[in-house]
Amino acid sequence: MIELSLQIASVEVALALLFNGWRLLKGPALGDRIVALDTMVINVIALIVLIGMLSGGDTYFEAALLLAMVGFVSTIAYCKFILRGDIVE
Amino acid sequence: MSALVDALIAGLVLLGAGFVLIGSWGLVRLPSTMERLHGPTKATTLGLGALLLASVVYFQARLGIWTAHELLISLFLFITAPISANMIAKVHLHRVHTGAIKEPTSIAGAPPSPPEGGDWATFEEPQKDTPSSTAST
Repeated sequence: MIELSLQIASVEVALALLFNGWRLLKGPALGDRIVALDTMVINVIALIVLIGMLSGGDTYFEAALLLAMVGFVSTIAYCKFILRGDIVE
Repeated sequence: MSALVDALIAGLVLLGAGFVLIGSWGLVRLPSTMERLHGPTKATTLGLGALLLASVVYFQARLGIWTAHELLISLFLFITAPISANMIAKVHLHRVHTGAIKEPTSIAGAPPSPPEGGDWATFEEPQKDTPSSTAST
């Protein structure tokens, strides 16, 4: 039962990634692209967690944690760059 | 007991993946940028929280390993998601303000202006004797 639900969940998250990719390519505003990238990072974290549960290893969580931090910092850096033209003032 | 835990894990996984999918569907479906901010920053974060909870229960029940890493990730995400949403909303307001883009027409319409002829806090001078007015000195 768990394996089946994990497979269904993986398909759903992959579909969500495709939706994000569509929004990332289409735009139209710059804010939409930033939101799409930010959501893509979160979805990839979800995928990593699902893969970790499917394979039973516990090394995937470091990757997920690192990705969460890098995703947040990159989103903030991109926003600051657009707002001020400079990241560290 | 084991079947109950299995059902709990499967339910949490499906719930989490469903919320992640709904968040991204909202990103595709909703008409304006400000509305599109809602799907990812709320639904997707909540869905990932459910998935991480499922992962904690799974490793405890199946493999007997107690890990709290996942809780760390969800705590981090729950703290940072509102901050990134705030920054993206600021970017959008800034670009509308400077005329780089036009607010798209939608059901909700453009965000209403703040009352009493003021402007959004992002564009206003800091008020006197507040922490933000002395931050740059």
